[in-house]
Amino acid sequence: MEKNNALVEVKDLHHYYTKGSGGDFLVLENINLTLYENEIVCLLGRSGSGKSTLLRCISGLLQPTEGAITMQDKPLDGPRDGIGLVFQSFALFPWLNVLENVELGLKTQRLKEDERRQRALKAIDMIGLDGNESAYPRELSGGMQQRVGVARALVIRPLLLLMDEPFSALDVLTAEVLRTDLLDLWIEGQMTLKSILLVTHNIEEAVLMADRILLFGSNPGRIISEIKVTMPQPRNRLAPDFRSLVDSIYEKMTTREPNRPLSGDGLFPGVGMGMVLQHISTNILQGLLETLATNYNGQADLPKLVETLGTNDGEIEILKIAETLQLLRFCEVSGGDIRLTPKGQAFAVGDIDERKTLFRDHLKTYVPLAMHIKMVLDARHDHTAPMSRFLDEVEDFMPKEAAAQTMDTVIAWARYAELFAYNEETKECYLEQV
Amino acid sequence: MGLVSYIPRPSKISVALYQRKLLPNVYDFIALVIIMSILALIGIGAEGMHQTLIKLQASPIELSISNLPRYALYTTLRMFAAILASLIFTFIVATLAAKNQRAGSIIIPILDILQSVPVLGFLTFTVPLCMGLYPGNEIGVEMAAIFAVFTAQAWNMAFSFYQSLRTVPQNLKDASTGFCLNKWQTFWCLEVPFAIPGLVWNTMMSMSGSWFFIVAAEAISIGNTQISLPGIGSWLGLAIANKDLAAVCWAALTMGIVILIYDQIIFRPIVAWADKFSMGQTASQQQPKSWVYDVIKNTKSLALIMQPLRSLFDAILCFKWPNIFNIKAELIIPQQNNNRLDRIFNIVWFLSLLAITAIAIIVLFNYLYLTISLKELTWVFILGGITSLRVFVLVLLASLIWVPIGVWVGLRPRVVAWVQPVAQFLAAFPANILFPIFVVGIVQYKLNPDIWLSPLMILGTQWYIFFNVIAGVTVFPNDLKEAASIYRVSSWEWWRSVMLPGIFPYYITGALTATGGSWNASIVAEVVSWGTTHIEAHGLGAYIADATTAGDFHKVVLGVAVMSIFVIFFNKIFWGRLYAYAAQHTGID
Repeated sequence: MEKNNALVEVKDLHHYYTKGSGGDFLVLENINLTLYENEIVCLLGRSGSGKSTLLRCISGLLQPTEGAITMQDKPLDGPRDGIGLVFQSFALFPWLNVLENVELGLKTQRLKEDERRQRALKAIDMIGLDGNESAYPRELSGGMQQRVGVARALVIRPLLLLMDEPFSALDVLTAEVLRTDLLDLWIEGQMTLKSILLVTHNIEEAVLMADRILLFGSNPGRIISEIKVTMPQPRNRLAPDFRSLVDSIYEKMTTREPNRPLSGDGLFPGVGMGMVLQHISTNILQGLLETLATNYNGQADLPKLVETLGTNDGEIEILKIAETLQLLRFCEVSGGDIRLTPKGQAFAVGDIDERKTLFRDHLKTYVPLAMHIKMVLDARHDHTAPMSRFLDEVEDFMPKEAAAQTMDTVIAWARYAELFAYNEETKECYLEQV
Repeated sequence: MGLVSYIPRPSKISVALYQRKLLPNVYDFIALVIIMSILALIGIGAEGMHQTLIKLQASPIELSISNLPRYALYTTLRMFAAILASLIFTFIVATLAAKNQRAGSIIIPILDILQSVPVLGFLTFTVPLCMGLYPGNEIGVEMAAIFAVFTAQAWNMAFSFYQSLRTVPQNLKDASTGFCLNKWQTFWCLEVPFAIPGLVWNTMMSMSGSWFFIVAAEAISIGNTQISLPGIGSWLGLAIANKDLAAVCWAALTMGIVILIYDQIIFRPIVAWADKFSMGQTASQQQPKSWVYDVIKNTKSLALIMQPLRSLFDAILCFKWPNIFNIKAELIIPQQNNNRLDRIFNIVWFLSLLAITAIAIIVLFNYLYLTISLKELTWVFILGGITSLRVFVLVLLASLIWVPIGVWVGLRPRVVAWVQPVAQFLAAFPANILFPIFVVGIVQYKLNPDIWLSPLMILGTQWYIFFNVIAGVTVFPNDLKEAASIYRVSSWEWWRSVMLPGIFPYYITGALTATGGSWNASIVAEVVSWGTTHIEAHGLGAYIADATTAGDFHKVVLGVAVMSIFVIFFNKIFWGRLYAYAAQHTGID
């Protein structure tokens, strides 16, 4: 496909969230990107990296703190007609049937009822929903619901289609079928679309669909790399070029970036108390350690691991688990590989008590927040402190949701490690008396 | 007939109430003071007016059965006028509270307090006021009666609507904004539909609860002013005065038929229709059914009627608001930290609230201090204590009876299918129609009124406990029941650690509603008459009723204020905690 004119331009975009106690939290840093006509662009990055925020900025739902967005050389300062939106959660109106949901996008355009109906029916037909016009969303499967979401976005005849993880709420097969159907429509040129911007955390999905992949780094969210995908459509997941591209993206995503301060905790955003913890249960951590020890002799290729454990959005999940294990120094991740450390090996073969002791030691040493809570509790003579107190401290370093997630995680881990206990009712952390 | 039960959820209003802080805060205090001072001001105005009122005898009531259908119709029409007013109030006030943070910060506590003010207390003030507005005209009295019913309906509806508006899912909001709907269109396409299930349910609960009040409001005497509007309530009043037990029974029968018709023709079709707006991703298991709704849905000619309505709706959507209303789609704009204008506005807002509160305190103080002695005040609080003891004991007794029966029924789906609608019918039936029958017994056997009048307070409200418990058992997860039977849990243990915790939140909702209803009912239940015989129990309800009959507005204001304080206190301290406890330990939202 030939390169064409620029459709959307984002210049020097910065976005901050206001934090509780003054000061701002940088979510997006210095984003510059251009969407050209006739291309599918994927924003690929881990969850929480700010890629969805960027999509919301481009859609006009969110006004960025700094920077300019233009669409066909006109400034974009609010939602407008030329943009269709597809949501991860479908966002269908449960009280409207398929036809009414699709017509909704046309409500604001002063069309005659007949024309409105015609256009809606055509969109429904195009996306393969005919016969379901009068069904309500709750009667449809997830895949069909997302088709309604796509039809609703297409019916307004947009130039740009923005998709926020559109397939990640679907099972593997359904997602595959829907992706293929969408690509077919795109290639056949049946739609008025000039360009598609798709947010995803699924590496294979990006390589399958995109003409260009923008790799997103987190904390703050920024574009760390641009990868052109020149393979012709339809692409074959098993083709050697495909595999090697996926592998190289894995490598990029698991390699420390140069010019970034080494935070001592690898890929985790934030340092010390400001470390954002991913909520991963200790069961899963143990599961991966065991798998590595018994099935892989302590070392595995990440893409292979994903394939064997296989889930739809497995890659990022596995990456998250791997990074968490790396943070706790039970594994090392580099160049797309994951390797057990000696302690990790010891953990994998240990019994329950040995595991708990190891986990407790590593939690104290490598998660400053856990150590901090433990020290505060030790210092108090009733060995009890309200959770909110620590949450406040954490919120100085990160946005509210991330802080809540970090707090939840540290409590869950500490409970497993028996480092300290937590009373849900009184919302207090305390030390169990021996 | 499609008498298939509809299972209520714990009502949204109670959730709204207890998600907020448990202890009364400064806004609750401000709200209480303002409301009471307004009542005092109305009292001052009304005192002047009611001296000059002549006895209103526009259309005298006749105890002839041929009149009864007409009276029933009048009563029903008043009811619907009130519900219409409540809906309009809800749409305006709740929307304002949800959209404007400043307005919300005072409207919500005011609604909260108003929910606790005894409805029949309002009547004392509004009747003279409305009659003053339309001197010598029946319309004034009509308005007063309708207003009294409105005060029994509006608050929880507004609460529910407010709560819904505040919890519209973000992804649907994004979708609306993304498709360029402006605020006006988003309101009608997203926010109102989203609020419908909660609003419909609360409207229906309000309707059920207020048959009681319409009956009470139609026949009332305040000082020298004797009011009897043509309706079931006045028929009942006359029947009591004439000691005509047959007429009482006729009234009960008529009311029963009216409620049955209303339930089948209006309640159920609307509930069945509203189910479409519920957010569940899967079709709900107990889908409410209604034969009327099915008939309507399958009627071809209805499409003809619906078509213009739909076009009208579209026209409303495309209505072009003048620019000053600023209905442009809401953009999420990053917070500005130092908006000076905003700060100044906040200060002005706070200062004016402070000024209004100060004025309200002065008004209340002047109104009550000059006429009410400290002794009187203490006495009123003691009476309040007596009535609360009565309410507490009755709710406890009703629970002991209805919780086991409710559980027994709930475990048997076939029994639920016919008991649930009956319980809902009984909850709607105005129990005050049956009061005379009890009174005859008390007079006959010379029973102690302090004890035997008490059951009247809970006569109509006990059903809330019953049908909420049934609802709780019905939604109790089946696998938990099975697990309990596999582990051979002993029967005492089964009640203690399986069933009772499972239905707890539902029970709390029912008991809370029953308590509120009983407080209200105390005003008509603690003083009753049969012909010329008056029986009276000691209590705050009797105090207010007597003050109303005597036309002593100072005492009514005092009584109403104290009763409100009692209700607020119990709601916040007792029920609020229980509710929070239930929410935490049984994992409901």
